[in-house]
Amino acid sequence: MIDVVDLRVRFGRVEAVRGISFAVARGASFGIVGESGSGKSTVLRALSGLNDDWTGRMAIDGQALAPRRGRDFFRRVQMVFQDPYGSLHPRQTVDRALSEPLIVHGMGDAEGRILRGLAEVALPPEARFRYPHQLSGGQRQRVAIARALMSEPDVLLLDEPTSALDVSVQAEVLNLLADLQERRGLTYVLVSHNLAVVAHLCGQIGVMQGGELVETLSAEALRAGRTSHPHTTELRRLSTELEEPEGPITL
Amino acid sequence: MSTTTTLPGLRAWLLTDTPASRAQAAWGRRYRIWRDFRANGVAMTGLVTIILLIAAALAAPLLATHNPDAQELTNRLATPSAAHWLGTDELGRDVYSRLLFGGRITLGMVVAVVLMVAPVGLAVGTIAGYLGGMTDRVMMRVTDIFLAFPRLILALAFVAAIHPGISSAIFAIALTAWPPYARLARAETLTIRGTDFIAAIRLTGATTPRIILRHVAPLCLGSLIVRVTLDMSSIILTAAALGFLGMGAQPPSPEWGAMIATARDYMLQQWWVPLMPGMAIFVASLAFNLLGDGLRDVLDPKQR
Repeated sequence: MIDVVDLRVRFGRVEAVRGISFAVARGASFGIVGESGSGKSTVLRALSGLNDDWTGRMAIDGQALAPRRGRDFFRRVQMVFQDPYGSLHPRQTVDRALSEPLIVHGMGDAEGRILRGLAEVALPPEARFRYPHQLSGGQRQRVAIARALMSEPDVLLLDEPTSALDVSVQAEVLNLLADLQERRGLTYVLVSHNLAVVAHLCGQIGVMQGGELVETLSAEALRAGRTSHPHTTELRRLSTELEEPEGPITL
Repeated sequence: MSTTTTLPGLRAWLLTDTPASRAQAAWGRRYRIWRDFRANGVAMTGLVTIILLIAAALAAPLLATHNPDAQELTNRLATPSAAHWLGTDELGRDVYSRLLFGGRITLGMVVAVVLMVAPVGLAVGTIAGYLGGMTDRVMMRVTDIFLAFPRLILALAFVAAIHPGISSAIFAIALTAWPPYARLARAETLTIRGTDFIAAIRLTGATTPRIILRHVAPLCLGSLIVRVTLDMSSIILTAAALGFLGMGAQPPSPEWGAMIATARDYMLQQWWVPLMPGMAIFVASLAFNLLGDGLRDVLDPKQR
Protein backbone atom coordinates (compact mmCIF):
# COMPACT_ATOMS: atom_id res chain seq x y z
CA MET A 1 0.00 0.00 0.00
CA ILE A 2 2.77 2.43 0.96
CA ASP A 3 6.21 2.33 -0.59
CA VAL A 4 8.94 4.71 0.47
CA VAL A 5 12.32 4.45 -1.23
CA ASP A 6 15.36 6.52 -0.31
CA LEU A 7 13.38 9.43 1.15
CA ARG A 8 15.50 12.44 2.00
CA VAL A 9 14.31 15.67 3.59
CA ARG A 10 16.48 18.70 4.15
CA PHE A 11 15.92 21.80 6.27
CA GLY A 12 18.43 24.30 5.00
CA ARG A 13 21.83 22.70 5.53
CA VAL A 14 20.61 20.00 7.89
CA GLU A 15 19.51 16.73 6.41
CA ALA A 16 16.74 15.61 8.76
CA VAL A 17 15.92 12.39 6.93
CA ARG A 18 18.81 10.62 5.22
CA GLY A 19 17.50 8.18 2.71
CA ILE A 20 15.05 5.88 4.45
CA SER A 21 13.05 3.12 2.78
CA PHE A 22 10.13 1.06 4.00
CA ALA A 23 6.99 -0.60 2.70
CA VAL A 24 3.62 -1.17 4.37
CA ALA A 25 1.11 -3.75 3.16
CA ARG A 26 -2.61 -2.89 2.84
CA GLY A 27 -4.34 -3.14 6.20
CA ALA A 28 -1.04 -3.42 8.09
CA SER A 29 0.54 -1.03 10.56
CA PHE A 30 4.05 0.26 10.45
CA GLY A 31 5.51 1.92 13.50
CA ILE A 32 8.41 4.33 13.55
CA VAL A 33 10.16 4.87 16.86
CA GLY A 34 13.06 7.08 17.74
CA GLU A 35 14.15 9.85 20.03
CA SER A 36 13.13 13.49 19.57
CA GLY A 37 14.87 14.91 16.54
CA SER A 38 15.47 11.54 14.91
CA GLY A 39 13.38 12.68 11.95
CA LYS A 40 10.41 10.38 12.49
CA SER A 41 7.75 13.11 12.35
CA THR A 42 9.47 14.61 9.32
CA VAL A 43 8.93 11.34 7.44
CA LEU A 44 5.22 11.57 8.22
CA ARG A 45 4.94 15.20 7.15
CA ALA A 46 6.63 14.44 3.84
CA LEU A 47 4.35 11.44 3.30
CA SER A 48 1.23 13.46 4.13
CA GLY A 49 2.12 16.26 1.73
CA LEU A 50 2.56 18.93 4.41
CA ASN A 51 6.22 19.23 3.50
CA ASP A 52 6.82 19.25 -0.26
CA ASP A 53 10.59 19.70 -0.13
CA TRP A 54 11.89 16.14 -0.33
CA THR A 55 13.65 13.80 -2.71
CA GLY A 56 13.30 10.09 -3.23
CA ARG A 57 10.30 8.02 -4.23
CA MET A 58 7.04 7.58 -2.39
CA ALA A 59 4.01 5.73 -3.66
CA ILE A 60 0.57 5.00 -2.28
CA ASP A 61 -1.23 2.02 -3.80
CA GLY A 62 1.31 1.93 -6.64
CA GLN A 63 0.80 5.59 -7.57
CA ALA A 64 3.93 7.69 -7.23
CA LEU A 65 3.46 10.85 -5.18
CA ALA A 66 4.36 14.29 -6.50
CA PRO A 67 5.53 16.98 -4.06
CA ARG A 68 2.14 18.71 -4.48
CA ARG A 69 -0.83 16.45 -3.92
CA GLY A 70 -4.21 16.56 -5.54
CA ARG A 71 -7.55 16.55 -3.76
CA ASP A 72 -7.92 12.83 -4.45
CA PHE A 73 -4.80 12.11 -2.41
CA PHE A 74 -6.15 14.00 0.61
CA ARG A 75 -9.31 11.97 0.41
CA ARG A 76 -7.36 8.71 0.65
CA VAL A 77 -4.64 9.69 3.13
CA GLN A 78 -5.36 11.44 6.39
CA MET A 79 -3.36 12.32 9.47
CA VAL A 80 -3.92 12.54 13.22
CA PHE A 81 -1.70 14.95 15.09
CA GLN A 82 0.11 14.70 18.39
CA ASP A 83 -1.46 17.57 20.29
CA PRO A 84 -5.25 17.42 20.41
CA TYR A 85 -5.21 20.90 21.97
CA GLY A 86 -3.56 22.32 18.86
CA SER A 87 -5.07 20.28 16.06
CA LEU A 88 -8.65 21.55 16.38
CA HIS A 89 -9.61 25.05 15.26
CA PRO A 90 -10.41 26.94 18.50
CA ARG A 91 -13.38 28.80 17.00
CA GLN A 92 -15.03 25.89 15.25
CA THR A 93 -17.47 23.46 16.75
CA VAL A 94 -16.99 19.72 16.42
CA ASP A 95 -19.77 19.78 13.83
CA ARG A 96 -17.92 22.33 11.72
CA ALA A 97 -14.61 20.45 12.01
CA LEU A 98 -16.25 17.25 10.82
CA SER A 99 -18.22 18.86 8.00
CA GLU A 100 -15.21 20.62 6.52
CA PRO A 101 -13.81 17.52 4.73
CA LEU A 102 -17.32 16.73 3.47
CA ILE A 103 -17.68 20.20 1.94
CA VAL A 104 -14.21 20.12 0.37
CA HIS A 105 -14.77 16.71 -1.19
CA GLY A 106 -18.37 17.41 -2.09
CA MET A 107 -19.70 14.45 -0.10
CA GLY A 108 -23.43 14.42 0.55
CA ASP A 109 -25.47 13.38 3.60
CA ALA A 110 -23.43 15.53 5.99
CA GLU A 111 -25.96 15.05 8.82
CA GLY A 112 -25.79 11.24 8.70
CA ARG A 113 -22.06 11.09 8.16
CA ILE A 114 -21.32 13.39 11.10
CA LEU A 115 -23.58 11.43 13.45
CA ARG A 116 -22.08 8.13 12.33
CA GLY A 117 -18.58 9.61 12.59
CA LEU A 118 -19.20 10.66 16.20
CA ALA A 119 -20.65 7.27 17.07
CA GLU A 120 -17.71 5.51 15.45
CA VAL A 121 -15.22 7.16 17.81
CA ALA A 122 -17.61 6.71 20.77
CA LEU A 123 -18.40 10.39 21.26
CA PRO A 124 -21.87 11.24 22.55
CA PRO A 125 -24.15 13.10 20.09
CA GLU A 126 -24.31 15.99 22.60
CA ALA A 127 -20.65 16.73 21.86
CA ARG A 128 -21.53 17.64 18.29
CA PHE A 129 -21.99 21.37 18.77
CA ARG A 130 -19.32 21.92 21.40
CA TYR A 131 -16.19 23.95 20.94
CA PRO A 132 -12.82 22.26 21.50
CA HIS A 133 -12.33 24.08 24.81
CA GLN A 134 -15.45 22.36 26.12
CA LEU A 135 -13.94 18.91 25.52
CA SER A 136 -11.33 16.87 27.37
CA GLY A 137 -8.02 15.92 25.77
CA GLY A 138 -9.19 12.39 25.01
CA GLN A 139 -12.45 13.66 23.51
CA ARG A 140 -10.55 16.10 21.36
CA GLN A 141 -8.32 13.35 20.03
CA ARG A 142 -11.44 11.35 19.22
CA VAL A 143 -12.77 14.33 17.28
CA ALA A 144 -9.45 14.55 15.42
CA ILE A 145 -9.69 10.86 14.56
CA ALA A 146 -13.31 11.25 13.47
CA ARG A 147 -12.33 14.19 11.28
CA ALA A 148 -9.55 12.17 9.67
CA LEU A 149 -12.04 9.40 8.94
CA MET A 150 -14.75 11.66 7.43
CA SER A 151 -13.38 11.42 3.89
CA GLU A 152 -13.19 7.62 4.22
CA PRO A 153 -9.43 7.32 3.73
CA ASP A 154 -7.45 4.11 3.21
CA VAL A 155 -4.35 5.31 4.99
CA LEU A 156 -4.10 6.99 8.38
CA LEU A 157 -0.86 8.66 9.42
CA LEU A 158 -0.61 8.89 13.19
CA ASP A 159 1.86 11.36 14.63
CA GLU A 160 2.26 10.47 18.32
CA PRO A 161 -1.52 10.21 18.67
CA THR A 162 -1.44 9.38 22.37
CA SER A 163 1.60 11.09 23.83
CA ALA A 164 -0.28 14.26 24.87
CA LEU A 165 -2.91 12.21 26.74
CA ASP A 166 -2.80 10.78 30.22
CA VAL A 167 -2.19 7.07 30.63
CA SER A 168 -5.76 5.78 31.03
CA VAL A 169 -6.96 7.82 28.05
CA GLN A 170 -3.96 6.63 26.01
CA ALA A 171 -5.16 3.06 26.28
CA GLU A 172 -8.70 4.03 25.22
CA VAL A 173 -7.47 5.87 22.16
CA LEU A 174 -5.09 3.05 21.22
CA ASN A 175 -7.86 0.49 21.50
CA LEU A 176 -10.13 2.75 19.42
CA LEU A 177 -7.44 2.96 16.73
CA ALA A 178 -7.02 -0.82 16.76
CA ASP A 179 -10.81 -1.32 16.44
CA LEU A 180 -11.09 1.18 13.60
CA GLN A 181 -8.29 -0.50 11.71
CA GLU A 182 -9.98 -3.84 11.98
CA ARG A 183 -13.40 -2.49 11.01
CA ARG A 184 -12.31 -0.34 8.09
CA GLY A 185 -9.21 -2.19 6.90
CA LEU A 186 -7.10 0.94 7.34
CA THR A 187 -3.38 1.07 6.76
CA TYR A 188 -1.49 2.85 9.57
CA VAL A 189 1.86 4.53 9.81
CA LEU A 190 2.37 5.33 13.48
CA VAL A 191 5.13 7.52 14.78
CA SER A 192 5.95 7.49 18.47
CA HIS A 193 8.78 7.76 20.93
CA ASN A 194 7.03 5.19 23.06
CA LEU A 195 8.00 1.61 22.21
CA ALA A 196 5.06 0.17 24.13
CA VAL A 197 2.53 2.17 22.07
CA VAL A 198 4.16 1.17 18.80
CA ALA A 199 4.44 -2.48 19.75
CA HIS A 200 0.78 -2.49 20.84
CA LEU A 201 -0.51 -1.34 17.47
CA CYS A 202 2.06 -2.25 14.85
CA GLY A 203 3.29 -5.52 13.37
CA GLN A 204 6.42 -4.03 11.85
CA ILE A 205 8.57 -1.48 13.58
CA GLY A 206 11.29 0.76 12.20
CA VAL A 207 13.81 2.35 14.52
CA MET A 208 15.15 5.76 13.53
CA GLN A 209 18.29 7.48 14.75
CA GLY A 210 19.81 10.66 13.36
CA GLY A 211 17.60 10.63 10.27
CA GLU A 212 18.31 7.03 9.33
CA LEU A 213 16.25 3.90 9.69
CA VAL A 214 18.75 1.80 11.62
CA GLU A 215 16.65 -1.33 12.05
CA THR A 216 13.33 -2.79 10.94
CA LEU A 217 11.96 -5.66 12.99
CA SER A 218 8.67 -7.29 13.90
CA ALA A 219 6.83 -6.52 17.13
CA GLU A 220 7.38 -10.13 18.29
CA ALA A 221 11.11 -9.81 17.76
CA LEU A 222 11.08 -6.59 19.76
CA ARG A 223 9.10 -8.14 22.61
CA ALA A 224 11.41 -11.12 22.67
CA GLY A 225 14.40 -8.83 22.71
CA ARG A 226 15.81 -10.07 19.40
CA THR A 227 17.27 -6.69 18.48
CA SER A 228 20.30 -6.37 16.28
CA HIS A 229 21.14 -2.65 16.39
CA PRO A 230 22.57 -1.24 19.64
CA HIS A 231 20.21 1.78 19.48
CA THR A 232 17.17 -0.51 19.44
CA THR A 233 18.53 -2.47 22.36
CA GLU A 234 19.10 0.77 24.23
CA LEU A 235 15.58 2.08 23.51
CA ARG A 236 14.09 -1.24 24.60
CA ARG A 237 16.07 -1.28 27.83
CA LEU A 238 15.04 2.31 28.67
CA SER A 239 11.41 1.55 27.92
CA THR A 240 11.28 -1.59 30.08
CA GLU A 241 12.97 0.28 32.91
CA LEU A 242 10.46 3.13 32.74
CA GLU A 243 7.50 0.84 32.40
CA GLU A 244 5.24 0.98 35.44
CA PRO A 245 4.37 -2.51 36.62
CA GLU A 246 0.63 -1.71 36.75
CA GLY A 247 0.66 0.14 33.40
CA PRO A 248 -2.14 -0.76 31.03
CA ILE A 249 0.16 -1.55 28.12
CA THR A 250 3.00 -4.00 28.54
CA LEU A 251 5.66 -5.06 26.14
CA MET B 1 -36.34 26.98 21.11
CA SER B 2 -39.61 26.83 23.01
CA THR B 3 -37.86 27.64 26.28
CA THR B 4 -36.51 30.93 24.97
CA THR B 5 -39.64 32.91 25.77
CA THR B 6 -38.45 33.77 29.26
CA LEU B 7 -35.22 35.53 30.13
CA PRO B 8 -33.82 32.79 32.42
CA GLY B 9 -34.80 30.31 29.70
CA LEU B 10 -32.86 32.31 27.16
CA ARG B 11 -29.83 32.43 29.43
CA ALA B 12 -29.96 28.68 29.99
CA TRP B 13 -30.32 28.18 26.24
CA LEU B 14 -27.22 30.31 25.67
CA LEU B 15 -25.10 28.75 28.40
CA THR B 16 -25.96 25.10 27.85
CA ASP B 17 -23.14 22.58 27.65
CA THR B 18 -24.94 20.73 24.91
CA PRO B 19 -25.98 23.17 22.21
CA ALA B 20 -28.27 21.65 19.60
CA SER B 21 -27.10 23.65 16.60
CA ARG B 22 -24.11 25.55 15.34
CA ALA B 23 -25.99 28.83 15.74
CA GLN B 24 -26.76 28.06 19.38
CA ALA B 25 -23.11 27.25 20.04
CA ALA B 26 -21.99 30.47 18.35
CA TRP B 27 -24.52 32.60 20.26
CA GLY B 28 -23.48 30.92 23.49
CA ARG B 29 -19.88 31.85 22.83
CA ARG B 30 -20.87 35.44 22.04
CA TYR B 31 -22.98 35.62 25.20
CA ARG B 32 -20.03 34.48 27.32
CA ILE B 33 -17.84 37.17 25.78
CA TRP B 34 -20.61 39.73 26.46
CA ARG B 35 -20.83 38.59 30.10
CA ASP B 36 -17.08 39.11 30.51
CA PHE B 37 -17.31 42.49 28.82
CA ARG B 38 -20.31 43.61 30.90
CA ALA B 39 -18.35 43.04 34.10
CA ASN B 40 -15.87 45.73 33.00
CA GLY B 41 -17.44 48.98 34.21
CA VAL B 42 -15.07 51.35 32.45
CA ALA B 43 -15.49 49.64 29.11
CA MET B 44 -19.26 49.64 29.55
CA THR B 45 -19.09 53.41 30.13
CA GLY B 46 -17.27 53.71 26.80
CA LEU B 47 -19.81 51.53 25.02
CA VAL B 48 -22.80 53.40 26.45
CA THR B 49 -21.22 56.74 25.56
CA ILE B 50 -20.62 55.65 21.97
CA ILE B 51 -24.16 54.31 21.64
CA LEU B 52 -25.52 57.62 23.00
CA LEU B 53 -23.31 59.64 20.63
CA ILE B 54 -24.39 57.60 17.62
CA ALA B 55 -28.03 57.73 18.67
CA ALA B 56 -27.80 61.48 19.16
CA ALA B 57 -26.22 61.91 15.73
CA LEU B 58 -28.85 59.74 14.08
CA ALA B 59 -31.68 61.54 15.88
CA ALA B 60 -30.18 64.98 15.26
CA PRO B 61 -33.25 66.39 13.46
CA LEU B 62 -35.42 65.39 16.44
CA LEU B 63 -33.05 66.56 19.18
CA ALA B 64 -31.84 69.81 17.62
CA THR B 65 -33.45 72.97 18.94
CA HIS B 66 -32.46 75.11 15.94
CA ASN B 67 -31.59 74.80 12.29
CA PRO B 68 -27.79 74.22 12.38
CA ASP B 69 -27.27 76.62 9.48
CA ALA B 70 -29.66 79.36 10.59
CA GLN B 71 -27.69 82.53 11.29
CA GLU B 72 -28.69 85.12 13.83
CA LEU B 73 -26.12 87.87 13.49
CA THR B 74 -27.58 89.96 16.30
CA ASN B 75 -26.87 87.14 18.73
CA ARG B 76 -23.27 86.19 17.94
CA LEU B 77 -20.99 84.33 20.37
CA ALA B 78 -23.66 84.12 23.04
CA THR B 79 -23.02 82.35 26.31
CA PRO B 80 -24.98 79.15 27.02
CA SER B 81 -28.57 80.00 27.91
CA ALA B 82 -32.06 78.53 27.89
CA ALA B 83 -32.52 79.54 24.25
CA HIS B 84 -29.11 78.32 23.10
CA TRP B 85 -28.03 75.50 25.42
CA LEU B 86 -24.40 75.60 24.39
CA GLY B 87 -24.31 79.18 23.18
CA THR B 88 -23.95 80.45 19.62
CA ASP B 89 -20.96 80.72 17.28
CA GLU B 90 -19.49 83.65 15.35
CA LEU B 91 -22.47 83.75 12.96
CA GLY B 92 -25.05 83.33 15.70
CA ARG B 93 -25.73 79.66 14.87
CA ASP B 94 -26.82 77.35 17.68
CA VAL B 95 -23.76 75.34 18.80
CA TYR B 96 -25.79 72.50 20.35
CA SER B 97 -27.67 71.85 17.11
CA ARG B 98 -24.47 72.10 15.09
CA LEU B 99 -22.74 69.58 17.36
CA LEU B 100 -25.56 67.09 16.82
CA PHE B 101 -25.42 67.41 13.04
CA GLY B 102 -21.62 67.54 13.14
CA GLY B 103 -21.65 64.18 14.93
CA ARG B 104 -23.20 62.70 11.79
CA ILE B 105 -20.28 63.93 9.72
CA THR B 106 -17.48 63.09 12.15
CA LEU B 107 -18.81 59.67 13.21
CA GLY B 108 -19.89 58.95 9.64
CA MET B 109 -16.35 59.62 8.45
CA VAL B 110 -15.00 57.27 11.11
CA VAL B 111 -17.38 54.49 10.10
CA ALA B 112 -16.60 55.00 6.41
CA VAL B 113 -12.84 54.89 7.02
CA VAL B 114 -13.11 51.75 9.14
CA LEU B 115 -15.32 49.98 6.60
CA MET B 116 -12.78 50.73 3.89
CA VAL B 117 -9.64 50.08 5.86
CA ALA B 118 -10.30 47.00 7.99
CA PRO B 119 -11.16 44.58 5.13
CA VAL B 120 -8.20 45.80 3.06
CA GLY B 121 -5.78 45.44 5.96
CA LEU B 122 -7.16 42.02 6.84
CA ALA B 123 -6.94 40.81 3.24
CA VAL B 124 -3.41 42.11 2.64
CA GLY B 125 -2.13 40.81 5.98
CA THR B 126 -3.63 37.33 5.82
CA ILE B 127 -2.68 36.76 2.18
CA ALA B 128 0.89 37.98 2.68
CA GLY B 129 1.27 36.06 5.92
CA TYR B 130 -0.22 32.82 4.67
CA LEU B 131 1.44 32.66 1.26
CA GLY B 132 4.82 33.93 2.46
CA GLY B 133 7.77 34.11 0.09
CA MET B 134 7.75 36.64 -2.73
CA THR B 135 4.08 37.63 -2.27
CA ASP B 136 4.76 38.43 1.35
CA ARG B 137 7.86 40.45 0.58
CA VAL B 138 6.23 42.57 -2.12
CA MET B 139 3.03 43.21 -0.16
CA MET B 140 4.87 44.07 3.02
CA ARG B 141 7.29 46.46 1.30
CA VAL B 142 4.29 48.31 -0.16
CA THR B 143 2.84 48.42 3.34
CA ASP B 144 6.14 49.73 4.68
CA ILE B 145 6.14 52.52 2.10
CA PHE B 146 2.71 53.64 3.24
CA LEU B 147 3.79 53.35 6.87
CA ALA B 148 6.81 55.54 6.20
CA PHE B 149 4.66 58.57 5.36
CA PRO B 150 3.52 60.74 8.24
CA ARG B 151 -0.20 60.16 8.34
CA LEU B 152 -1.47 63.72 8.44
CA ILE B 153 1.00 64.98 5.82
CA LEU B 154 0.10 62.24 3.33
CA ALA B 155 -3.57 62.90 3.96
CA LEU B 156 -3.01 66.63 3.48
CA ALA B 157 -1.10 66.10 0.25
CA PHE B 158 -3.75 63.71 -1.02
CA VAL B 159 -6.63 66.04 -0.20
CA ALA B 160 -4.79 69.00 -1.69
CA ALA B 161 -4.12 67.02 -4.87
CA ILE B 162 -7.81 66.16 -5.35
CA HIS B 163 -10.04 68.74 -3.74
CA PRO B 164 -10.88 69.48 -0.14
CA GLY B 165 -14.05 67.83 1.07
CA ILE B 166 -15.47 65.07 3.20
CA SER B 167 -15.15 62.24 0.69
CA SER B 168 -11.54 63.03 -0.19
CA ALA B 169 -10.76 63.35 3.52
CA ILE B 170 -12.20 59.85 4.01
CA PHE B 171 -10.07 58.48 1.18
CA ALA B 172 -7.00 60.27 2.48
CA ILE B 173 -7.40 58.88 6.00
CA ALA B 174 -8.15 55.42 4.63
CA LEU B 175 -5.03 55.53 2.48
CA THR B 176 -2.86 56.11 5.52
CA ALA B 177 -4.77 53.98 8.03
CA TRP B 178 -4.67 50.48 6.53
CA PRO B 179 -0.96 49.53 6.90
CA PRO B 180 -1.02 48.88 10.67
CA TYR B 181 -3.95 46.49 10.19
CA ALA B 182 -2.11 44.64 7.44
CA ARG B 183 0.89 44.30 9.74
CA LEU B 184 -1.24 43.09 12.61
CA ALA B 185 -3.15 40.57 10.49
CA ARG B 186 0.10 39.29 9.00
CA ALA B 187 1.68 38.80 12.42
CA GLU B 188 -1.39 36.88 13.60
CA THR B 189 -1.43 34.82 10.41
CA LEU B 190 2.21 33.85 10.81
CA THR B 191 1.46 32.25 14.17
CA ILE B 192 -1.78 30.64 12.95
CA ARG B 193 -0.21 29.30 9.75
CA GLY B 194 2.13 26.95 11.59
CA THR B 195 -0.50 25.39 13.85
CA ASP B 196 -1.65 21.80 13.61
CA PHE B 197 -5.25 22.79 13.01
CA ILE B 198 -4.29 24.63 9.84
CA ALA B 199 -2.15 21.63 8.82
CA ALA B 200 -5.20 19.43 9.39
CA ILE B 201 -7.32 21.71 7.22
CA ARG B 202 -4.66 21.67 4.49
CA LEU B 203 -4.84 17.88 4.65
CA THR B 204 -8.54 17.95 3.86
CA GLY B 205 -7.46 19.25 0.45
CA ALA B 206 -9.06 22.68 0.95
CA THR B 207 -7.95 25.39 -1.47
CA THR B 208 -5.73 28.21 -0.26
CA PRO B 209 -8.41 30.94 -0.63
CA ARG B 210 -10.80 28.80 1.40
CA ILE B 211 -8.22 28.27 4.16
CA ILE B 212 -7.43 31.99 4.36
CA LEU B 213 -11.03 33.14 4.25
CA ARG B 214 -12.73 30.53 6.37
CA HIS B 215 -10.04 29.42 8.81
CA VAL B 216 -7.29 32.04 9.15
CA ALA B 217 -9.16 35.35 8.79
CA PRO B 218 -11.78 34.65 11.48
CA LEU B 219 -8.98 34.17 14.01
CA CYS B 220 -7.37 37.49 13.10
CA LEU B 221 -10.67 39.30 13.50
CA GLY B 222 -10.59 39.60 17.29
CA SER B 223 -7.33 41.51 17.57
CA LEU B 224 -8.23 43.51 14.46
CA ILE B 225 -11.50 44.70 16.02
CA VAL B 226 -9.62 45.70 19.15
CA ARG B 227 -7.03 47.62 17.17
CA VAL B 228 -9.64 49.34 15.00
CA THR B 229 -11.60 50.45 18.05
CA LEU B 230 -8.47 51.83 19.68
CA ASP B 231 -7.58 53.60 16.42
CA MET B 232 -10.99 55.20 16.04
CA SER B 233 -10.00 58.02 18.34
CA SER B 234 -7.00 58.81 16.17
CA ILE B 235 -9.21 58.66 13.07
CA ILE B 236 -11.57 61.15 14.73
CA LEU B 237 -8.60 63.35 15.54
CA THR B 238 -7.22 63.13 12.00
CA ALA B 239 -10.66 63.93 10.56
CA ALA B 240 -10.96 66.87 12.93
CA ALA B 241 -7.42 68.00 12.12
CA LEU B 242 -8.15 67.92 8.40
CA GLY B 243 -11.34 69.89 9.06
CA PHE B 244 -9.40 72.33 11.22
CA LEU B 245 -6.84 72.85 8.45
CA GLY B 246 -9.62 73.44 5.95
CA MET B 247 -8.90 70.22 4.03
CA GLY B 248 -11.83 68.17 5.30
CA ALA B 249 -15.43 69.19 5.67
CA GLN B 250 -15.97 72.69 4.30
CA PRO B 251 -17.94 75.46 5.99
CA PRO B 252 -20.77 75.80 6.64
CA SER B 253 -20.97 72.06 7.34
CA PRO B 254 -20.78 71.58 11.10
CA GLU B 255 -17.89 69.10 11.30
CA TRP B 256 -16.34 69.25 14.78
CA GLY B 257 -12.79 70.06 13.66
CA ALA B 258 -14.02 72.74 11.26
CA MET B 259 -16.12 74.21 14.07
CA ILE B 260 -13.02 74.61 16.22
CA ALA B 261 -11.15 76.11 13.28
CA THR B 262 -13.73 78.82 12.63
CA ALA B 263 -13.98 79.59 16.34
CA ARG B 264 -10.25 79.77 17.00
CA ASP B 265 -10.17 83.57 16.79
CA TYR B 266 -12.41 83.73 19.86
CA MET B 267 -10.41 81.20 21.86
CA LEU B 268 -9.48 83.66 24.62
CA GLN B 269 -12.54 85.89 24.99
CA GLN B 270 -15.38 83.54 24.04
CA TRP B 271 -13.65 80.30 25.05
CA TRP B 272 -16.88 78.26 25.25
CA VAL B 273 -17.38 78.45 21.47
CA PRO B 274 -14.36 76.30 20.50
CA LEU B 275 -14.62 74.38 23.78
CA MET B 276 -17.92 72.67 22.87
CA PRO B 277 -16.75 70.85 19.70
CA GLY B 278 -13.45 70.19 21.48
CA MET B 279 -15.33 68.46 24.27
CA ALA B 280 -17.29 66.44 21.72
CA ILE B 281 -14.06 65.24 20.08
CA PHE B 282 -12.55 64.48 23.48
CA VAL B 283 -15.56 62.50 24.71
CA ALA B 284 -15.87 60.49 21.49
CA SER B 285 -12.15 59.69 21.39
CA LEU B 286 -12.04 58.72 25.03
CA ALA B 287 -15.13 56.53 24.71
CA PHE B 288 -13.62 54.61 21.78
CA ASN B 289 -10.40 54.10 23.73
CA LEU B 290 -12.25 52.79 26.78
CA LEU B 291 -14.30 50.47 24.58
CA GLY B 292 -11.16 49.26 22.83
CA ASP B 293 -9.45 48.45 26.12
CA GLY B 294 -12.48 46.48 27.27
CA LEU B 295 -12.71 44.61 23.98
CA ARG B 296 -9.05 43.72 24.21
CA ASP B 297 -9.64 42.09 27.56
CA VAL B 298 -12.37 39.83 26.18
CA LEU B 299 -11.33 39.33 22.54
CA ASP B 300 -7.56 39.18 22.48
CA PRO B 301 -6.67 35.51 22.17
CA LYS B 302 -3.41 36.03 24.03
CA GLN B 303 -5.29 37.14 27.12
CA ARG B 304 -7.72 34.21 27.14
